[in-house]
Amino acid sequence: MSGMLAIYLRELLILRKRFFRQLASMSVGPLLYLIAFGLGMGRDVRIGSHSYLEFLIPGLVAMNSMIQSFAIASEINIARFYWHIFEEFQAAPLRNIAYVTGEVLAGITRALFSTAIILFIAFVSGITLSYNLYFWLAVVLNSFVFASLAVGLAMLVKSHSDQALLTNFFITPMAFLGGTFFPVDRMPEWVREVLHFLPLTHASKAIRAAAFGEPPELFPYILLGALGVVLFVLAYHWVNRARE
Amino acid sequence: MKEAMIRIENLAKKYKQIEALKGVSLQVGRGELFAYLGPNGSGKTTTIKILTGLAVPSSGDAWLHGFHIDRESLQAKRQCGLVPQNINLDHELTVRENLDLHGKLFQMPKKERKARISELMEYVDIADRRDSPVKQLSGGMRRRVMIARALMHSPKILFLDEPTAGLDPAIRRRIWSLVKQIQQGGATIFLTTHYIEEAEFLAERVAFLDEGAIVALDTPRKLMDGMGGWALDRIVSGSMETSYFRDREEANRHIDQQEGSFSVRRVNLEDVFISVTGKKVLE
Repeated sequence: MSGMLAIYLRELLILRKRFFRQLASMSVGPLLYLIAFGLGMGRDVRIGSHSYLEFLIPGLVAMNSMIQSFAIASEINIARFYWHIFEEFQAAPLRNIAYVTGEVLAGITRALFSTAIILFIAFVSGITLSYNLYFWLAVVLNSFVFASLAVGLAMLVKSHSDQALLTNFFITPMAFLGGTFFPVDRMPEWVREVLHFLPLTHASKAIRAAAFGEPPELFPYILLGALGVVLFVLAYHWVNRARE
Repeated sequence: MKEAMIRIENLAKKYKQIEALKGVSLQVGRGELFAYLGPNGSGKTTTIKILTGLAVPSSGDAWLHGFHIDRESLQAKRQCGLVPQNINLDHELTVRENLDLHGKLFQMPKKERKARISELMEYVDIADRRDSPVKQLSGGMRRRVMIARALMHSPKILFLDEPTAGLDPAIRRRIWSLVKQIQQGGATIFLTTHYIEEAEFLAERVAFLDEGAIVALDTPRKLMDGMGGWALDRIVSGSMETSYFRDREEANRHIDQQEGSFSVRRVNLEDVFISVTGKKVLE
């Protein structure tokens, strides 16, 4: 427990030291999307009974919680390949489970922080949605999936550039295709089928439904929870791969 | 030998086709300061990485204070502190925060961490910089913080991997004093270095490592006495030649029979290393 807390608190301390930089970096993406897609392109667009801006906010929450929880991989890589701080963890009497839990919790915390920023921007823009328990549960499960994936992959990669490749090929396409900016249901059937393999599609759906106050569907929650557990277990096993 | 705090048996490590360690065996006794001397790439860091859990051996076994490094890894890790070659502190965090996190990683209670941090800050003479971010410290200060951090949980064994590499001579001597003090406090110290004078000054026993194998192991005095005690360097056809003698008088008599430029000096560990491997430690 103490080891897990040490890992988690270290990430929080670093987040605190970089608070204003992080705040700016977490705000700039959602703000640009809101301005470009929400206020620009989507001003007169309606999706069902909602304005495009109302549609976009939950999508941005899903996308940003994915990006920010996955960003823990970059922090781990910097600690591993640049500052070599990872060696300090490897030499400590720390169980793999404690290490992975600490880093995954840090990833989820980053995601919740970025979600709070988006909700603040939404509030300032006059958008009010329902931020109920199901909304937050979906955000946490989405972050759990991508933070676990991030920790696992961070243990497997051999360099910074490998990490950048993974982000470019998996996370960035998912950000655009996982139901953030458009309703997946309006896509041709074969595209829909493909997009249903993306966890973000289900996270967007669950977060959006909760934000619109609709009754929750169980399936996205079960899927995200199960996938998160599988990725967490893989991350736990892959910690040993980081040893030379 | 006193109780073995470090026991290594046939430790080997292969990185793809490269054999970094070729079946190393040795024991280090309680309270001993043991130096592992060898050129870059000889396997010094690999040995430390395996012993401290950073690398997995291809074969062989090792125990730290009786705990097997793989089967009882958590207990083995509790026995040792590590000062790696790279400065691996959190640069954005303060000195105190770095030490405190280390204490948490080793499950030290808060009160104990607080007291130990104050004690160690005085010990390594960095108390006035406790709240400075590491990035604002000089190289020598960072190295001392690394040593303090490794001592936080009062390890019985301290691994120092090239602790003075890249430091200027004055700071190097300051680190040496600190290492001696730590040993006098009862810790067993395993030190890797490629500085001859560091091994000579600090170590009670020295192992020479070359291409992943131990090629000599004894006290510095015995190793040097085996060479004769005194060395005569002379330039012959543009290259240095060294002859060895039992005492200075014998070396001086030899000079009288020769012409050219000479220098007589005490034999050092570099001479021993060259005689065993045919190359210099810093090659």
